[in-house]
Amino acid sequence: MSAGPVLDEVWRTHWGRLLGQLMHRFGRPDLVEDALAGAFADAAAQWPRSGVPENPAGWIRTVASRRVVDALRREQTARTKAHLLVDDEPRNEPAHDGTAPAPGEDVDERLSLLFMATHPVLAPEVRPALALRFVLGVPTADIARLFLVPTATMAARLTRAKARLASSGVPFVVPDLDRWPDRLDDVARTIYLAFTAGYAPVGGEDVVRVGQADDAVRLAELAADLLPGRPVLEALAALLVLQHARRDARTGPDGRLVRLVDQDRGRWRGDEIDAGTGRLRTLEPGAGLAEELRLQALVAAFHDTAATSAETDWAAIALTYARLEALTGSPIVRLNRAVAVGEAAGPMAGLAVLRAAADRLPHHHRVALVRAELLRRDGQVDAALAAYDEALTDCPDGAERTHILARREDLAAGSSR
Amino acid sequence: MKYLVLLIGYGEMLPWEELTPEQQAADMQKFGEFGAACEARPGVEILSGEALGGPASSTVMSTRDGTVSLTEGPFAEALEGLGGFYLVEAPDIDVVVDLLTILPPYDIQIAPTVDTP
Repeated sequence: MSAGPVLDEVWRTHWGRLLGQLMHRFGRPDLVEDALAGAFADAAAQWPRSGVPENPAGWIRTVASRRVVDALRREQTARTKAHLLVDDEPRNEPAHDGTAPAPGEDVDERLSLLFMATHPVLAPEVRPALALRFVLGVPTADIARLFLVPTATMAARLTRAKARLASSGVPFVVPDLDRWPDRLDDVARTIYLAFTAGYAPVGGEDVVRVGQADDAVRLAELAADLLPGRPVLEALAALLVLQHARRDARTGPDGRLVRLVDQDRGRWRGDEIDAGTGRLRTLEPGAGLAEELRLQALVAAFHDTAATSAETDWAAIALTYARLEALTGSPIVRLNRAVAVGEAAGPMAGLAVLRAAADRLPHHHRVALVRAELLRRDGQVDAALAAYDEALTDCPDGAERTHILARREDLAAGSSR
Repeated sequence: MKYLVLLIGYGEMLPWEELTPEQQAADMQKFGEFGAACEARPGVEILSGEALGGPASSTVMSTRDGTVSLTEGPFAEALEGLGGFYLVEAPDIDVVVDLLTILPPYDIQIAPTVDTP
């Protein structure tokens, strides 16, 4: 195999475990990640000329370790320290120097990376970026695109976060989760944020930045598989897999948003839906964030498993949203519940549920949009047009606005559906 | 690593002077337990720790254009509740947080020192 594909393969399957081994050995989150990225850059430059080494991952690890040692030496020289930290015994040299780490070792290390990247000393906003970078090695440019900031801005953010981990003395361990159960919720929230960033419709951008959302789904599945039996992680993986399975049908050829009812269900990923419902089936009703995610996953599963839009079990979805609303008190959940009730029990019932959401979400374009759709289904054309106009007043530019405009034009032209 | 631990506020608790003598004794005991737990934990050592007299006894010294002036009270509002501090040697921040849960639930600022030889 030529250098490029081998390097991609090593990057994809070994990044997390290599970084974990370096972190374990040197304990310097502010240095080792740069060193590993540098080692991959060295490989990209050298392998095409000199050929792929016999043990590609081992080569990367050796070069990365050397880069860390060099960085430590520079640091020591800068501080004119007499004793060289690098001459100390490594904290824990990986016993096995081949391509594959010793059994079990890589598993723990990647989990430690995940808990480090989601440590509460970091602001919640930076945790998703760091988790994608640490555990999966997602390129900084891709992470920047996901969070809609320039690459240099994201690079600076990551650098600051890594420096904070180092200066705060955040340990490279899996915490005692019985004593600190919130740390699991932090992991779940972080991955969820990474995922929703990929789905946020933003002005001028594609509705789904699929490549980046893929990474968040991979991270969710990895977390659930590395820490089995944790409902919050299992529910998160189920939810993300079930939502992401519809990605190919969510946008039309012109990049426009396609409503769930209009989506070509043949383009949904059946194998992923099976995997997501499989995870969901293992979960019992629970509490807190785990239950919140489980109920959301349940809604996604009701949609994913309906053969046609008309066969959607809206009554079950409305009931699930009611439980979700009782749990979270979220007006957004109530908004979704209004849609489901409108489908299950008719537009007037939906409008009644919507009223309470409207009070708590003033000037939210989706409230007006849902009202417009319910009024439209009830045959109140003029009131529906007025509600579309209200939605357009508050909706920022982007795919969703384009969608609302199209729906309004369509109704004004005489369609009632 | 070394951490400066500042006890900066009573949080949800009543101020010390409003506690009954029994409650004060119970809190004092927690400080004793904290000290014992630090001693028992490998790699942890309390290097220093004192209770402070509070804002009524603190003075801010500042120098402007070479002139020294002294002002009554703490400099920053955030330090008004500063009631005491520890300087603790510990392997990492998780160990520090774990041990600090033994203390009464003060609002606490944890500041790592810069590592210089």
